[in-house]
Amino acid sequence: MKKSLSAYSEAATKEELERHIMVVWVDNEAGVLARVSGLFSGRGYNIESLTVAQVDEEKNISRITIVTNGTNSVIEQIKAQLLKLIPVYKVASFPVDDKSIFRELALIKVIADKKNLEKAKEICNSYKAQYLDTTSTSFIVEFHSTRREIDSFIKELKPYGIASVARTGPLAMAKGAEITETNKGKVI
Amino acid sequence: MSQITGAEIVFKAFADHGVEYIFGYPGGAILPLYDELRNHKKIKHILVRHEQGAGHAAEGYARSSGKPGVVLVTSGPGATNMVTALTDAYMDSIPLVCVTGQVPTHLIGTDAFQECDTTGITRPCTKHNWLVKNIKDLPIIMHKAFHIATSGRPGPVLVDIPKDIQFQKTEYVKKEDVIQKINKVVTEVESSELDKIVDLIYKSKKPIIYSGGGVVNSGDKASALLHDLVRMTGFPITSTLQGLGAFPGDDQQFLGMLGMHGTYEANNAMHDCDLMINIGARFDDRITGKIDKFSPGSKKIHIDIDPSSINKIIKVDHAIVGDVENVLNKLITVFKKKYPNFKNSNKENISEWWKQINKWREKKCLSFVQGKKTIKPQYAIERLYELTKGQDTFITTEVGQHQMWAAQYYKFNKPKRWMTSGGLGTMGFGLPAAIGVQLANPGKLVVDVAGEASILMNIQELSTAVQYRLPVKIFIINNQYMGMVRQWQELLHEKNYAESYTEALPDFVKLAEAYGAVGIRATTPDELDIKIKQMIKSDKPVLFDCVVDRVENCFPMIPSGKAHNEMILSPEDEKETKISKAGKTLV
Repeated sequence: MKKSLSAYSEAATKEELERHIMVVWVDNEAGVLARVSGLFSGRGYNIESLTVAQVDEEKNISRITIVTNGTNSVIEQIKAQLLKLIPVYKVASFPVDDKSIFRELALIKVIADKKNLEKAKEICNSYKAQYLDTTSTSFIVEFHSTRREIDSFIKELKPYGIASVARTGPLAMAKGAEITETNKGKVI
Repeated sequence: MSQITGAEIVFKAFADHGVEYIFGYPGGAILPLYDELRNHKKIKHILVRHEQGAGHAAEGYARSSGKPGVVLVTSGPGATNMVTALTDAYMDSIPLVCVTGQVPTHLIGTDAFQECDTTGITRPCTKHNWLVKNIKDLPIIMHKAFHIATSGRPGPVLVDIPKDIQFQKTEYVKKEDVIQKINKVVTEVESSELDKIVDLIYKSKKPIIYSGGGVVNSGDKASALLHDLVRMTGFPITSTLQGLGAFPGDDQQFLGMLGMHGTYEANNAMHDCDLMINIGARFDDRITGKIDKFSPGSKKIHIDIDPSSINKIIKVDHAIVGDVENVLNKLITVFKKKYPNFKNSNKENISEWWKQINKWREKKCLSFVQGKKTIKPQYAIERLYELTKGQDTFITTEVGQHQMWAAQYYKFNKPKRWMTSGGLGTMGFGLPAAIGVQLANPGKLVVDVAGEASILMNIQELSTAVQYRLPVKIFIINNQYMGMVRQWQELLHEKNYAESYTEALPDFVKLAEAYGAVGIRATTPDELDIKIKQMIKSDKPVLFDCVVDRVENCFPMIPSGKAHNEMILSPEDEKETKISKAGKTLV
């Protein structure tokens, strides 16, 4: 985060920046993603990645996972602001540490000659990536893991002809038996 | 049950929610709704001259009555002209329900005539908004709209209704059926927190209560409870701009407004206190001044209905999320139980503190010298107050020096008598707001304290006041400058008065007459009282041109980036004050 230019808040932000995952449960309705992402841009918060999909068809609820960074007080403020949005049910946030599970997905297309294709496949096999499509001059693999491992996988593969990479942001869940209470801290 | 049209549904919902007045302006995409107006004689439509005026008038109505203001405008420019008023209401937590027309559903997204993405544009300036794509949703959305606008921390909501939906038919849904289903969350006040707060109050030697607009919004009972708390503790109290009137302005325990143009005693008390009790205020930057020098030695308690206000700007020691009325009620009950007869035993505890406060008071930070020739703006407000305090008077303002002078020199003894644009600072707010206030309070004296620059931003609404025979008084403090801009240029930009002087002002007396209102001008201190009395007596809208000292500045002032105890009290102080580079960048 940039240092605040405002002298009102000078020296007020000396806490350390941390990467956090925000999980937001929302009504799956038109415009809800714009409300959430607009809140981040409007208030100057950073979105590193954002993943969204419906998770409860019956109740029509979507789960949004956002990676952001900020000091502890900024993270608390983001949570409070998110809870003010009418279609938001509940919000959870956790720092990126070993108390939570993170998974990202990548699709990678490699186009190369026979020799390089063979070498690329060796790397894919060692990472246990899944083949989704193969031709004589190309293949597509699916790989899901942590961000760091996907990064190193891509790095190794790169010299042999990566044509296209598609990646999701992380999905996250807290370890253990705890879940986030519905509506905690929400006041309409 | 019979099926009714979208237009009928909207009006049925208005009736169900007790709407008396709609402020609006017709246009193509909202015509079916206007057509329906004739079937609802109990709902009166006020035709404004510009949609922004409708929004501010609805705000004035809401702020002075405690009920939501309702606005009806068309698509495209009708909706975009509402954006300022919606943002204004959002910043100051004013309940508005704005219904906008939209191009028919099959034309949405085609850049049709008078089409705009209304819900997209207004998303960040409303508490919530809806684009109605299915007629079946309309009754439910209408009820939700009123509920959301008025519950919790109030705010504006917007319902965008495509023209074809206004014609389509469906069954109406009863208000109760919708409201019951809304997942309401009641926050419980934790008694352990209350206990700790009560003990802090008991022990404090240098306390201060700092109250805000949340007290006014919570309702008249909250103001009464605040009064009880202040009396019960014997503590000094100060108020934000929005909170004025929640506690009587002429009371001995009241230190005046705090913040950038607050009193010397209020700001110094905030700086030196050992216990700060924030009731319904949000530590706005006009209040805090420099954050890291804000009240360094105090324990801070914050009562607010909005959880996101807690620890947003100032870290507090104890926070209670809840409605002011509810929280104060519990706090006072617990306190009385634990420490009966506190006030008498406490007198000694805080007597030194009051001595110190009275020393600050002796500075007489609001004093000014009124000469014989030109009217000082402060004197104009002071006379207005003296001549109107005998009756129940409602004051609205525009934005700038006149607004701050009104806040400093007019003493409000009741809540909902003071309507000003605090958060957004919207020039042009006061006149349309006064129209809304007058409608909500027929027969009462309503004065818009204005500046000659601000009033020109929505002067067209004078025509509205004349049409509906609303005898609002517009008291223009005319110094020919955008006074606050000039003051900042003096302080921060070496008196380079870039574009802050208005070369060609209209003759306000003739302007009033052209609109069919009454024009009055005062230019000397001698004639001021007679002219003000003349204004009050008139049963018509009056445009009062009060010609004042052109270069008077608004003091006291906490300059940019300074702390509460670094105030400028006079032009002499101003010369000695150096503003840092960082301070210069502030607004």
